[in-house]
Amino acid sequence: MVDRMELLKLIKNNAKLSSKEIAVMLGTTEEDISNELKALSDEGIILGYTTQINWEKTEKESVIGMIEVKLSPMRNKGYDHIANLLCKYDKVTSCYLVSGDYDLMLIYEDDNLREVASFVSEKIAPLEGVLSTKSHFILKKYKIDGIVSERNDRDDRQTVIL
Amino acid sequence: MDYNDKISDVVKMVPPSAIRRFFDLANEMKEVISLSIGEPDFVTPWSIREAGINSLVDGYTHYSPNAGYIESRKAICDYIEKRYKVKYAPNGEVLITVGGSEGLDLVARALINPGDEVIVVEPCFVAYKATVQFAHGVPVVCETKPENDFKLQPEELEAKITDKTKYIIMGYPSNPTGAIMTREDLEKIKDVLLRHPDIVVISDELYAELNYVDEDPCSLIQFEEIKDRVIMINGFSKSFAMTGWRLGYVLGEKSLIAAITKIHQYCIMCSPSMGQLAIIDASYNGLEYVKEMKDEYNHRRRVIIEGLKNAGLECFTPSGAFYAFPSIKGLGLTSEEFCEKFLREKHVAIVPGNAFGECGEGHVRISYAASMESINTAMERLAEFVKEIKEGKHNA
Repeated sequence: MVDRMELLKLIKNNAKLSSKEIAVMLGTTEEDISNELKALSDEGIILGYTTQINWEKTEKESVIGMIEVKLSPMRNKGYDHIANLLCKYDKVTSCYLVSGDYDLMLIYEDDNLREVASFVSEKIAPLEGVLSTKSHFILKKYKIDGIVSERNDRDDRQTVIL
Repeated sequence: MDYNDKISDVVKMVPPSAIRRFFDLANEMKEVISLSIGEPDFVTPWSIREAGINSLVDGYTHYSPNAGYIESRKAICDYIEKRYKVKYAPNGEVLITVGGSEGLDLVARALINPGDEVIVVEPCFVAYKATVQFAHGVPVVCETKPENDFKLQPEELEAKITDKTKYIIMGYPSNPTGAIMTREDLEKIKDVLLRHPDIVVISDELYAELNYVDEDPCSLIQFEEIKDRVIMINGFSKSFAMTGWRLGYVLGEKSLIAAITKIHQYCIMCSPSMGQLAIIDASYNGLEYVKEMKDEYNHRRRVIIEGLKNAGLECFTPSGAFYAFPSIKGLGLTSEEFCEKFLREKHVAIVPGNAFGECGEGHVRISYAASMESINTAMERLAEFVKEIKEGKHNA
């Protein structure tokens, strides 16, 4: 029997592990792990496997905006209708319904500031139900999804300690 | 001045380390993968570090009471009660020491009269025998064996007891073997102790939280009928990844704690104050981090066991600490030769078993307090190395 939470935690930190490696680490068989991974995908618990990339170290120029959107909920549909609509844009990389002064938090990625601004003024603001927006631009990423961007892997322990 | 004539006989008698040469070689070599480190690779969990920092901000820069701050002692007693279901009085039954090692030394000095025998359960942490010798005691080795999963056997222990035996010193989960003693195993040791009512036991439980079989630690202190004869040496170094803080503690009967506190008072004064504030946080809030680290060690442990199997080395399944202690017998090399060749040819450092007592000969200690990446690479190289030896390249 595979401990689901333990398995998920393991691949959350390292999606590159093979079923065989995971099987050894969790003390079970490769087949059990493959079956469990398939079940987790089928149940929509595992949504995909991605890579954390520090784009700042590549030539790619991009701007990430965090856009607060204040909405007036639609009858029978609440916030879902507008949220689903905004999610259709590929450049919206994340979309959350949040508590507080505004309702949706969008993460939007584009080539430059102007592109982000025009997305906000042309695509979001005119939507029926959108009351206001406020955009923030990311200047530096210190930690992304649990990974610190300036990693320090130095091991200063002595070679032999009894 | 030639100090050779001045240095005491007892200090001269204790060898620096059985594996000094290997030690030097390993430290000289560059780009070595080290699976020879007896301390966690994790940094102390942040909230514990923060408590240490705050202690400085708040001005805890003075001496604490000799036995340690009462709040820290209370935190230790609460932790022990939570984990072992055994009560100790913060005032009188606990002393906060400079790591577990100070505790070993204090107890030796407090209990031993010259010539007293102390049964040392080997293979074991290198300080056991030395602290006994420094205190003018006579170490009597009780060997444990792989066929018994390196557990202490009651009849073998009993065979070593004489009318000079003062105490027994044992450490489980074990450095270097990774062996554990279950409650049933300890029950049999308790029966031996009941038959010999004058003997005390020092139980080194620094690795108690790193037990991959039992959820809760088990200890001789849990047997009410012998509790006053058990001295527990414990600390935060291994379980909470706090080696550099140098904070441990000794739990025991009041008059014993009073005696060791007397030595501690004159030699040490008190353990570092700022760290004492940090262990309050560790005691009350640290267990969730311990669990995280333990899960990670457990994954590595299984990878090591699999790696040893692939390399064709026999190893009993280690269930505690962060060590495996496979046998290299039958390869035609001593432990030291094996480790030295492995280091020179494959650039992986592991520790010869004889460093932990003569009965460790024929074994090597592999520590998995290292990254999974290092472990995987080291295991691949180990398999290559053993294959090459078996094919006779090294004997030619």
